[in-house]
Amino acid sequence: MNVEIAAMQVFSGISLFTILVLMALGLSIVFGLMGVINMAHGEVMALGAYVTYYTARFFGAYLPSLMGAYVFFGIALAFLVTFAFGYLLERSFIRFLYARPLDTLLATWGLSLVLQQAYRSGFGAQEVSVPMTSWLTGAWEPIAGIQLPLNRLFIIWLTLLVSGGVYLILYRTRWGLRIRAVTQNRAMSGAVGIDTGRVDAMSFALGCGLAGIAGSAFTMIGSTNPLTGQLYIVDAFIVVVFGGVQSLLGTFASGFVIASSQSFLEFLLSGSMAKVSILLAVITVLYFRPTGLFTSKVRQ
Amino acid sequence: MLTVQDLHVSYRQSPAIRGVSFQVRRGETVAVMGRNGMGKTTLLKALIGLLPAHAGSVALEGDDLTHAPSHQRVRRGMGYVPQGRMIFPYLTVEENLRTGLEASGQEEIPEDVYGYFPELRTMGKRRGGNLSGGQQQQLALARALVARPKVLLLDEPTEGIQPSVIKEIAATLNRLKADRGLTILLSEQVLSFAMELADRFLIIERGEFVHEEDRQHVDRERVHAYLAV
Repeated sequence: MNVEIAAMQVFSGISLFTILVLMALGLSIVFGLMGVINMAHGEVMALGAYVTYYTARFFGAYLPSLMGAYVFFGIALAFLVTFAFGYLLERSFIRFLYARPLDTLLATWGLSLVLQQAYRSGFGAQEVSVPMTSWLTGAWEPIAGIQLPLNRLFIIWLTLLVSGGVYLILYRTRWGLRIRAVTQNRAMSGAVGIDTGRVDAMSFALGCGLAGIAGSAFTMIGSTNPLTGQLYIVDAFIVVVFGGVQSLLGTFASGFVIASSQSFLEFLLSGSMAKVSILLAVITVLYFRPTGLFTSKVRQ
Repeated sequence: MLTVQDLHVSYRQSPAIRGVSFQVRRGETVAVMGRNGMGKTTLLKALIGLLPAHAGSVALEGDDLTHAPSHQRVRRGMGYVPQGRMIFPYLTVEENLRTGLEASGQEEIPEDVYGYFPELRTMGKRRGGNLSGGQQQQLALARALVARPKVLLLDEPTEGIQPSVIKEIAATLNRLKADRGLTILLSEQVLSFAMELADRFLIIERGEFVHEEDRQHVDRERVHAYLAV
């Protein structure tokens, strides 16, 4: 293997890592921290993707001179729309299902089917793609022979930005402290004065907003259709569970381990065999560490 | 200050508190005493809003809180230290204390809280779940005090704590009573601990108060008889 190929494989691994992390960040809050098995999380990502697609169309039709900046508006709008959607969903539906994981699983799976059909009826069954802006097209060539696609570099930058933002919210703000307290002991949180219902709604909304950002980012590397969410949901759950629920660091570590292993194995094996190997490895690790890679022992 | 009238609490169809009425006056400490399963913890959980009242009323300084959620009761002046401490195990000591600021609306942990529990200042960055049982009890008490409660509900604070620490806790609570005139409703099985704090004793059996004593005339033999298994 020459240096160029090795460098491209490393970049491919980093790119996949950031995609997995972006995919799993929202779920790490909704499922990892709140314990809500939201099978419709992929459809929320798809909603973010559709919002970005229609933002691009709007800019193309009415603000062509600003087309180069639509990506940022698309990401911001995707976040706002999915955040609001998540807030309403939690208040009207999810909050009645806390502490009933099997009911939640079934209900949100049903919701995912409803959303898929709604997308089919509202946006059409065909795949849609956003026009790529000039500054995201092509590749950066730091040294001869190594070409790094700009859209992938943008996703890496976005993932770092979003991850930093989530870290700051969770560990440096009062809201983050409330979220972490409620996820550890909802009843006791209320008994120290935290409005747990409001925290639940805002946490769920934040998780959905992050899914919206992920969906928006993925329009830059693929097309969107009503079933797009299904492509993401399994990988997102694997990353969160493998990392250890209740652990944001675990989500990062899990994303890194899976992405680097997959990237390396894809070089040696076929894509599908690499995926199978990764799943087998994840199952084996979870057999011996059912709570995932990152869990800490404390006196409860 | 705290007025409870004809309170009924049930677990599904099974009554756990049957028409309990009592008052705790400002600055007073009342100990609810009884054996395991007699309704002490259920009573305190109902007062803080963790269990719904089937009938009756709960009022703090005339403010009806019967149907208020827990966080509103705490914001209106109730503090709660649960059985088993229930500190947040993955939050640091400082973060645990900061959760208490939710009710008071203050920005910083009051200095006097560290004055009562100086040990907590030195372990601010340690996770609550990594503390010993006695340290966790101190943390649970301090967390409740950060909220500046008018009345403190203390559920079996001696459970699982070594005797030397129990004495420290009793001394700290007595300092709090003297300094702040704190009102306390204590649930307890250990009479010696309750004797160090309480002005009155209410004996609970099967969800009903069956006997009352005051500190000056307490009949230890009789109370022990109620507490004997």
